[in-house]
Amino acid sequence: MKIEFILNGKKVEVNTDPARRLLDVLREDFGLIGVKEGCGEGECGACAVLIDGKIVHSCLVPVGNVKGKEVTTIEGLKDTEEYKVIHESFLDAGSVQCGFCTPGFVMATYALLKENPQPHEDDIRKAISGNLCRCTGYSMIIDGVKLAAKRGEKLWKD
Amino acid sequence: MGDISKPVRRFDAPEKIMGTARYVDDYFEEEMLFVRIVRSTRPRARIKSIKLPKLPSGYCVVDKNDVPGENRIKMIFDDWPFFAEDVVNFYGEPILAIAGPDREKVYELSNAVKIEYEDIPPIYTIEESEENKRPPIFGENNLFADYFYEKGDPDGAFRDADQIVEEEFRTGFQEHIYLEPQGMIAKYEDGRITVFGSMQCPYYVKNALIKAFGFPEDRIRVVQTTTGGGFGGKEEYPSQIAGIAAFCAYKTGKTVKLVYDRAEDVEFTTKRHPSRIRIKGAIKDKRVVGIEVDIALNAGAYAGLSSVVLQRAMFAATGAYRIDNVRVLGKAFATNIVPLGAFRGFGAPQAIFAIETFMNHVAKKMGEDPVRFKLAHRYKKGDTTATGGLLRSEVRLPEITEKIIEMSEYYEKKKQKEKDGKLYGIGFSMFLHGCGFTGNGEEVLKSIARLKKRKDDKVEILISNVEMGQGPQTTLRKVVAQVLGIPMEDVIYENPDTDKVPDSGPTVASRTAMIVGGLLYRVAKELKEKWKEGEEVVVEKQYRHPEYIKWDQSTFKGDAYPEYSWGANVIEVEVDPLTYEIEVKKAYAVFDLGTPLDKKIIEGQIHGGMLQGIGYATLEVMEFENGRFKQRTITDYIIPTAMDAPLFETDLVVEPYKNGPFGAKCAGELTLVGAAPAVCAAVEDALGINLYEIPIRPEKLLVLMNKEDN
Repeated sequence: MKIEFILNGKKVEVNTDPARRLLDVLREDFGLIGVKEGCGEGECGACAVLIDGKIVHSCLVPVGNVKGKEVTTIEGLKDTEEYKVIHESFLDAGSVQCGFCTPGFVMATYALLKENPQPHEDDIRKAISGNLCRCTGYSMIIDGVKLAAKRGEKLWKD
Repeated sequence: MGDISKPVRRFDAPEKIMGTARYVDDYFEEEMLFVRIVRSTRPRARIKSIKLPKLPSGYCVVDKNDVPGENRIKMIFDDWPFFAEDVVNFYGEPILAIAGPDREKVYELSNAVKIEYEDIPPIYTIEESEENKRPPIFGENNLFADYFYEKGDPDGAFRDADQIVEEEFRTGFQEHIYLEPQGMIAKYEDGRITVFGSMQCPYYVKNALIKAFGFPEDRIRVVQTTTGGGFGGKEEYPSQIAGIAAFCAYKTGKTVKLVYDRAEDVEFTTKRHPSRIRIKGAIKDKRVVGIEVDIALNAGAYAGLSSVVLQRAMFAATGAYRIDNVRVLGKAFATNIVPLGAFRGFGAPQAIFAIETFMNHVAKKMGEDPVRFKLAHRYKKGDTTATGGLLRSEVRLPEITEKIIEMSEYYEKKKQKEKDGKLYGIGFSMFLHGCGFTGNGEEVLKSIARLKKRKDDKVEILISNVEMGQGPQTTLRKVVAQVLGIPMEDVIYENPDTDKVPDSGPTVASRTAMIVGGLLYRVAKELKEKWKEGEEVVVEKQYRHPEYIKWDQSTFKGDAYPEYSWGANVIEVEVDPLTYEIEVKKAYAVFDLGTPLDKKIIEGQIHGGMLQGIGYATLEVMEFENGRFKQRTITDYIIPTAMDAPLFETDLVVEPYKNGPFGAKCAGELTLVGAAPAVCAAVEDALGINLYEIPIRPEKLLVLMNKEDN
């Protein structure tokens, strides 16, 4: 089946089984390796992408469901000003250890700050609770999100 | 703390944030084959027959007959086969593998394999293994290891005691849940096997493949790919996957990818050993003057590293306390469960949970405050450890304790019994961790570290230790750059490739910073002297224990470790008075881990290690029932999320180790070992009862509290 959607700002078309996981299509057909498979059952958030601006676990989405929609992965975010702020903030806050979960946390941070530019600690914890990290104890990821909120102040309000 | 401790941006972080770092599953090749392992669906049985489906062209089966050398994973006893031979010993044991170009088809074919079994009565628990009423799994008595050591006169201490306290403790399984599942890619080209993958110990994998193929060492190459967490789970187990992937590559001549899905990884890879620890204490004048600790580990179906895990547990048996009359017994029992293995702490978390909880209980019995009671027993410089090793450095536990008590407002909070309608409790733990390999491990290893100064005046770090999140890409660069007086950017440290790097030992036992970092420090000093601009200079050194370290591996007497790190934790909990659900609200830590090589990286290690320890004590439940784990995915096996994680407050006390780089000691494991006993003490404080088991489960608390009420 032919499925058209917008991927990282560009119109794309795949000819595939609509039941295939969006995760596999992104990784295997488009080589978007920033989308990671940590569990395959919607628990860990390593495969998080934005679909029409909302954060979604791509392992739970059949590719047929994104027909006509806008899908954004970490690769699509990379050149934005917002990403750069998150990137620098994660570096300075020590938010990264093994890194396997990190792109997922970046996506969750982006989605949160777009909706809530000045989140409280509780808001942040809630917003990243769909992402698992086994290395950091979360504190320094939360520091990274706070720093990104502060540094990108004007960006998030646009 | 000098310059070295000042945080810098991690070298490995930018690629990881951008998502461009390549983990094993991120490598794709045209014509790559996928592999699925066909596993035993019986916990213990003889294989009667195997019926294969018809295989389309391009698909093949690989089994024990395709192992060119020995069908044994090289470890300590070498009893663990890559593929089961006549008998399977645990549910999920690999029997054969199917390789082919289409992943879905490979899955379909592997599900169509029919295996007929003849069941053998299985053994699951320590007690069943101990009773030895069923055909033994290993040797004549199911014991992978049976050890003993003594100090002083324990019998005399018990004879003269005012009182004897006896308790039994239990700890559960713990699964690593590194975020990146295990996996390997293998190739067979020009007569050489090359394996790429997620691992902690490239030379363990290489040596396992040398034995499995019977090849000379120059025909085996192992390359680490960016590794998404290990925590011990990628210490010995990757050899199993590497072997199977390599056999498939050897048979087909194609590139082969074998990446576990999460369910396979949760159910069929190694985990932390469950334990039963019995402690008997001789009390005289309100002090523990003699102790007998009897440690039993459930070790699973094959020996793996269990004997060494048991040794570390035994050497940690008396915790941070000087007790002059000691007897420690240890056994590792074979059972029909997946082999249990390395996990951050390596036997110490079990032992420290038991001794800390025991000391709390005795203190309460004596009507003493546990903190003061523990301080009265704590080790001092010049004391000998349980194995008779000499503590040569200052033991700064009083300072550590003072800091944490003040930071946590322990005594003010201790008076509190309720908070926001919840039962409130606060708990304290005090502990140590032996740095580097246990016993004679470092002497056997004789690690080699090399630095190569290139013509362009950049310096390559050539070691086999890996970055898996814990930070050596940054900390070891800092060490070398600072000794040489060059910018960190001029130091290169790539993921190890056994064709390029010497064997500097495995990335385990919190040894990378202190042992390998110390060696690199000395290599860098020499390179600095030999430095010639524009020329290539190579310097390497082999590790030797300091001369003063004395150890007898046959009697377990002497310095079990060259140095120790120390710590104290305080945990605050709130317990729901109806459901007994536990919320860990705040976690405090003060550690002496020597000089931190980067304060931020150490902070990250502390938070992550403590949260893993808190999970171990609370949420992380893994039950074994009817031959299988009940928890088989991360939907069932719960690890803490950001909503479960407490707020952390930490501080350091620095007693440098002269042979560590800039005075660094061990850090990674130390951060985990004290959390569980502090959580337990806090829950005991909240509920006013004694506990003997982790994980602490609300449903069990409910039963206990109902009993108390009646």
